[in-house]
Amino acid sequence: MRVTHWITAISFVALLVTGLEILISHPRFYWGEVGNSQTTPLFKIPIPSSRSTVPTGYGYVLPDQNGWSRYLHFEAAWALVLTGLVYVISGFWTCHFRNNLFPAAADRTWRAFRSVIAEHLRLAQPEEADSRSYNVLQRVTYLLVIFVLVPLVIWTGLAMSPRFNAAVPWIVNSLGGRQSARTLHFFISIALVLFLVVHITMVVLTGFGNRMRGMITGHNAAPQERT
Amino acid sequence: MSKFSRRTFLSAGLAAGAGLSGLAVAANLAKRYGLVPPDSGGIYGPGETLTYAAQQLLARHSLAREFPRSMISKVPFANSIPPLNDAFKRLQASGFADWRLSVGGLVALPASYSLPDLSNFPVRSQITEVVCEEGWSYVAEWIGTPLSEVLNAAGVLPQARYLVYFSIDPDWWESIDLADAHHPQTLLAWSMNDGDLPVAFGGPLRLRVPRQLGYKSVKFVTRLMVTDSLKGFVSSLDPNSPNYGYSWYAGI
Repeated sequence: MRVTHWITAISFVALLVTGLEILISHPRFYWGEVGNSQTTPLFKIPIPSSRSTVPTGYGYVLPDQNGWSRYLHFEAAWALVLTGLVYVISGFWTCHFRNNLFPAAADRTWRAFRSVIAEHLRLAQPEEADSRSYNVLQRVTYLLVIFVLVPLVIWTGLAMSPRFNAAVPWIVNSLGGRQSARTLHFFISIALVLFLVVHITMVVLTGFGNRMRGMITGHNAAPQERT
Repeated sequence: MSKFSRRTFLSAGLAAGAGLSGLAVAANLAKRYGLVPPDSGGIYGPGETLTYAAQQLLARHSLAREFPRSMISKVPFANSIPPLNDAFKRLQASGFADWRLSVGGLVALPASYSLPDLSNFPVRSQITEVVCEEGWSYVAEWIGTPLSEVLNAAGVLPQARYLVYFSIDPDWWESIDLADAHHPQTLLAWSMNDGDLPVAFGGPLRLRVPRQLGYKSVKFVTRLMVTDSLKGFVSSLDPNSPNYGYSWYAGI
């Protein structure tokens, strides 16, 4: 399980960096099937581009990094998908999802949500027992990432493959077209980055050294220090 | 360490051995069924091979989406092209009357065609999307000669595996596997949206490969070469090519 976490982490960083490089070659987004420098964008990212054909308003063109970026993007995507399959299958097999991620019956209430959010707002340190299992907010977030956001980012990514679209046209048609798929891929990636930022922030706030030790070796130092 | 018994080690060793021989068998099968792309080496090789093999297995005969006439882009986007050379300008001056497409390599009957010769083959028209690796796209109607007609007339020899196609620009060529070359939508396009194919879009002759990204659709095509090896002609590995550093297979 911990191995899959770190392969996923490395793959995600690779996907993020190369995705940004590919984005720079056309920092404009559209809705529907088609879109290009001569059509009205849904929105533009106000950055320079690595292509002279994109009207950015900047007087210079960045170097083209798409060759290796595309190679690495898809290789990292394979690593993420294959690791994800191992993780999800073993997660069901070992009942990890049911025992550790699916919220307990008592926690499936708005009141439970509110109390966890209130504790976070007060920056309360977790109780000893809580620091060893996930609270309801964490559980719902992790389930959302694993079973909604990652599948969606794979779906919208595959919907941009011309050969895959030929074999499975509904994968792109159901999203409203190729450019819609690209725009959704961008927004879902941003949601995943927001998750990553919060995830890392929480690890730092709850004791970086101890948490990292836990995530790498599987053992927490006990009991947690309080100040 | 006592929990690792001799039995654990033995079964781990057996599993590793089985895994390795499984991989070797898979590699052999993959080679035999043409699932290994020419740029399968290097650090990006595994990802590239997985992509190519998966798409070959899942989508060998699939057809690219075709669109209704109402979806043809009003203003298609002509990407920038390298400066046109003198040979091109001379042919352009005479309205491309002397434009030739030669077919050679591993074929029984090498041939050379003028543009009117090409239009004597059965004609195909298709409304497909041009998809650039940068992210933009447009839809246009492409009219031309299916590449398979020209290849069948030439008689591709059994040991052939790839088609290399050259632009009049000496540093511009691409290659595809023969399955893609024989695909019914792979088109030697000489007309676009009911007019002549404009120079900005690759006129007078462009090889359209609609199931792959735009950079595989080479403009100003003058020569087709059927071959059994891509040594020296994998544009992604050749520093002279404008697509140097880009993956050979562009179905994704």
